[in-house]
Amino acid sequence: MSEFLQQLLNGLSLGAIYALIALGYTMVYGVLRFINFAHSEVFMVGAFIGYYLGKLVPEGTLWGGLLVLAGAMIGCAILGILVERIVYRPLRGGPTINVLITAIGVSLLLQYTGQIVFGAAPRTFPPIFPSANFHLGTLTISSNQLFVIGVAVALMIGLQLIVFKTKIGTAMRAVSLNPKAAQLVGVNNNVVISFTFGLGSALAAAGGILYALNYPSIDPLMGVMPGLKAFVAAILGGIGNIPGAALGGLILGTVETFIGGSQFSTYKDAIAFAILIVILLFKPAGLLGKFTAEKV
Amino acid sequence: MKLPARFLLALAAATAALTAQETIKIGEYASLTGKEASFGQQSHKGLTLAIEEINAAGGALGRKLELFTEDNQTKPGESATAAKKLISRNKVVALIGEVASGRSLEAAPIAQAAKIPMIAPAATNPKVTQTGNYIFRVCFIDPFQGTVMAKFAQNDLKAKRVAILSSVSNAYSVGLAKFFKETFVANGGLVVSEKNFSEGDKDFRAQLTAVKAANVDAIFVPSYYTEAALIARQARDLGLTVPLFGGDGWVADQLLEIGGDALNGCYYSTHFSPENQEPVVQAFVKKFKARWGANENPDAFAALGYDAAFVLVDAIKRAGTTDGPKLRDALAATKNFAGVTGVTNIDANRDASKPAAIIAIKGGKLEFLKTVAP
Repeated sequence: MSEFLQQLLNGLSLGAIYALIALGYTMVYGVLRFINFAHSEVFMVGAFIGYYLGKLVPEGTLWGGLLVLAGAMIGCAILGILVERIVYRPLRGGPTINVLITAIGVSLLLQYTGQIVFGAAPRTFPPIFPSANFHLGTLTISSNQLFVIGVAVALMIGLQLIVFKTKIGTAMRAVSLNPKAAQLVGVNNNVVISFTFGLGSALAAAGGILYALNYPSIDPLMGVMPGLKAFVAAILGGIGNIPGAALGGLILGTVETFIGGSQFSTYKDAIAFAILIVILLFKPAGLLGKFTAEKV
Repeated sequence: MKLPARFLLALAAATAALTAQETIKIGEYASLTGKEASFGQQSHKGLTLAIEEINAAGGALGRKLELFTEDNQTKPGESATAAKKLISRNKVVALIGEVASGRSLEAAPIAQAAKIPMIAPAATNPKVTQTGNYIFRVCFIDPFQGTVMAKFAQNDLKAKRVAILSSVSNAYSVGLAKFFKETFVANGGLVVSEKNFSEGDKDFRAQLTAVKAANVDAIFVPSYYTEAALIARQARDLGLTVPLFGGDGWVADQLLEIGGDALNGCYYSTHFSPENQEPVVQAFVKKFKARWGANENPDAFAALGYDAAFVLVDAIKRAGTTDGPKLRDALAATKNFAGVTGVTNIDANRDASKPAAIIAIKGGKLEFLKTVAP
């Protein structure tokens, strides 16, 4: 029983990070109908900004850690907005497949630029937040795990509030529903799209910092696997659907952890992805997604 | 390093004179960057030091040596490309590489097909030299390393129940886990939990939680240093206090950098320890620091890279030529070659049998525990 609870906790803290990254995929898809494959590299850049900022603040302090987290989120928001402005915007209006291929290009560009700028060798991420372990019976909870879950939940609630309670959130939903009609009623699509990229990238940066806190070895290719898993999580929950992305991330993290702890640990990723295929066979639009016919 | 201009001029003149006479080209492929950068950097520094020393002493066959280095970025697939390039474009007479068994296995068939002898400085998986009769190594192999660690676990750690955590996508890890288990079980030990992960994984909590529930005395982690350090940290986070122990894959400064205090009370086996007080070892440490800086400590891979170069040059001198088949025969006949990692005798399987050193991690420092003879 305690092993089950421990695995559940491990799975949820891993899933919370997938969820944060998945939110970025799903938001961009919701507004622009394309998958921003460069998102996993924004996640990597977030961890590296955290690494360099982490050297400027004292280790293991709450305010220092929060400062680093905020700095990385702002840095990545700017990166996300720039990528959209420079690369994706000139292609807008063209076939979606062009943007998709370009996104893969941007992803590779960031990976290899990262190897030149940061070096290809792994770095050790500093312990920027205070950390401790709590024991509840045989259950061991590390403060990092709690922190990951806490920050992820807080950011997701914040995101929900932005999307549903603010003017810009209403505009985002309007653009998502029908970009032309939104423009007709006075929504500036460019601003909304930039904002969406900025917000999604900030969440990826937070994911990057949380990931690096839990697994303190970072390198320029660190985004590839978590990015792929988060992409799968977004599809699993129903791409374009914000609570769906969160749910997808949590499910994927938990399933992966339970299989990793069983005798089938060799097939961890294979089984996690097989479950995804089965779910999509029965619910093609994802768990919370609504299936709509594509208009031609 | 600043050199007087006059010296540089003399050096330039000397090099010009030498290039007129053809050099002996030696190829090296190594993981200079990427996840296992420490392996490649260390072996490269040891190898470069050796080549410089050999050239300073006049080279071999009256010719100087020239080293061509390719970086495989720790990526699968790159070593084969690097080996092809070194052989076909740079026309090297021999290859030196790699520290990792998986990447050595990629390049070995290419060297074999081209009849270019290859010396792996530190690839310990038996399959590497089984590729063909042109593939050699100057280190011990995993059946020996697995036996050493199994006996160490039983006799020194007094472990009866152990768990094994290995990487399924790493030839070294899979092999070492298998050889360890064979000896450990044959001597009456119990392997109660075997868990796997893949290269590049960073989350091991799932496997470790299951290991914790299995109630073990020690955990064998035959992985490379990045994973070993992360596993140690996550094990301690989960309240697992039993010792972790592994093989020469743990050897890197980054092990302690990433793992920190979590590694206290852990052990690993290796080829060489700079703490070993033997004069030949201390002389090497001194030369290494003089060449690469006082803060640079040679580890096992630097020492093996260094020895690999000397074994190769010894064979070139005995062969009297750099011709592939003759050089191969000379390498195969290497006997009682004294290097910094002990005496190298190339056996019928083109492997070397050498002693293993066991290192303990205590208070964030490495301590030389003992040497186990083959």
